[in-house]
Amino acid sequence: MIWNEYIECMERDSLQKLQGERLRKMIDRLYFNVPFYRKKLQEIGFSPGDVTSVEQLKDLPFTTKDDLRDNYPFGLFAVHQSEVVRVHASSGTTGRPTVVGYTRKDIDTWSEVMARTLTSAGANREDIVHVAYGYGLFTGGLGVHYGAEKIGATVIPISGGNTKRQIQLMKDFGSTILACTPSYSLFLAEAMLEEGLKPSDFKLRAGVFGAEPWTEEMRKEIEEKLGILAIDIYGLSEVIGPGVAAECPHKKGLHIYEDHFIPEIIDPVTLKVLPYGEIGELVFTTVTKEALPLLRYRTRDLTRLTLDKCECGRTLVRMEKCLGRSDDMLIIRGVNVFPSQIESVLLEMSETKPHYLLIVDRVNNLDTLEIWVEVDDQFFSDEIKQLENLRKKIQYNIETTLGIGAIIKLVEPKTIERSEGKAKRVIDKRKLK
Amino acid sequence: MIIKQLTVFLENKKGRLTEVTKVLSNNKINISALSIADTADFGLLRMIVDNPEKAEEQLKSSGFAVHVNEVICMIVPDEPGGLYRALEILTNADIGIEYLYAFSSENKKASVVIRTDEVQKTIDILQENQIQLIKANQLYKL
Repeated sequence: MIWNEYIECMERDSLQKLQGERLRKMIDRLYFNVPFYRKKLQEIGFSPGDVTSVEQLKDLPFTTKDDLRDNYPFGLFAVHQSEVVRVHASSGTTGRPTVVGYTRKDIDTWSEVMARTLTSAGANREDIVHVAYGYGLFTGGLGVHYGAEKIGATVIPISGGNTKRQIQLMKDFGSTILACTPSYSLFLAEAMLEEGLKPSDFKLRAGVFGAEPWTEEMRKEIEEKLGILAIDIYGLSEVIGPGVAAECPHKKGLHIYEDHFIPEIIDPVTLKVLPYGEIGELVFTTVTKEALPLLRYRTRDLTRLTLDKCECGRTLVRMEKCLGRSDDMLIIRGVNVFPSQIESVLLEMSETKPHYLLIVDRVNNLDTLEIWVEVDDQFFSDEIKQLENLRKKIQYNIETTLGIGAIIKLVEPKTIERSEGKAKRVIDKRKLK
Repeated sequence: MIIKQLTVFLENKKGRLTEVTKVLSNNKINISALSIADTADFGLLRMIVDNPEKAEEQLKSSGFAVHVNEVICMIVPDEPGGLYRALEILTNADIGIEYLYAFSSENKKASVVIRTDEVQKTIDILQENQIQLIKANQLYKL
């Protein structure tokens, strides 16, 4: 199901033209209304009207989270405060929270992209959407809420917490779509089991899960335990909140709503734009935002983009599931290495599971990379040669992907520490010296 | 005639073999035969035990990677040329040997655990040539 077929299936040429027009107008607004951006644009000799096409984006300055903090709370707003109808903020674990604002039109845009997201997961006006994301300063709850109302579904604005009541109402009201973090969905599934309830006691059929990194393994577990289709959604409050990108039921990457949010992938060190298919840091330009338009905002999330045609018919660019942060990037013998690249190699091989540990060291002034990979019951035998072959195959695949050699060490199952989301997957001994 | 063999993946780390034998000991599982094949980084412990199903289950739940496969155990005379006569038969029949390990027992006999690429063919050839094969339950009593 597609909510806005006109946009979501638009020819690429027409879409780029639309993006270019919107970018031009955005630059005007930034130049005239935000001193921070006016200064930055003047520094590189840009005047309003100079930017006419989306190809010029690569020459424009970046925005970082620090820029938002430095201009706390409303310094980067491009409209008068009277135009702002809503403010959200991040928790601010490292000091000042990151504050974002919305005009009436921004809320409409947000509702639109969330309507697309929910429709992409198969939701429609007949559905009962159980919103267990937190409501409040966090964008999750209200973001899904407005999108669900826009498609005409029935919203249960239950917010987070009180698991017993969540389960009770989900059962009594017959909720069909679940919206929460992936880890909370598993927590709910466990709690249901403990109460002796089965998936057939519920009417759930799909879930939209985001706000934290999760793996394909977690998806399988969620789908099995809850008997639903689990869809990955992506967003961040600086860009708009949830609704920046979402998977379709083909689950082959997240379609980015690029008529509003223009994505780029950059090398986090050289800051150069990378071509489609290469892994790098995701950057967004929010061309339609009124209250807080951001130019080339660096998300720190690592992914890659593809324009390959999706079976669903959408022409929008797709991003791969985010699994890492650019802060995790390692430079080994001068080559940028992202732990998520190694994870992809292991995931693509049927003989291995994506449990690994990278050990980076420096021996005689030369960087070394050792990769520990767990041996799995299913993929080893009584013969040494089979394990040696597996090790050579991993080594070869890593080398062709990363462009650098690595020592592969096979280790016993479960010797690598497990944790959901932010796992400790790298030991960089170079920093210890 | 087919005997179940357990293979356990072991990192070259102190105490891992001890841990395996501890799990078996705690579960009153007896080891009839074993051998270790090792490389610089890891080893494969191959063994024949009196309760392979229970051993597999217990070792897996203790976090070991365990593989079960089929081997043959033949009895040859414990004297010069005893092993040679048996192996010659296999070579003449064009059967490749992946590995074997042997131990001598009483009455001037030796037991040889043998892993080939074709288990059933090996059994047939050896039996045609009157080489004594041992059944699983007999082996456990050795």
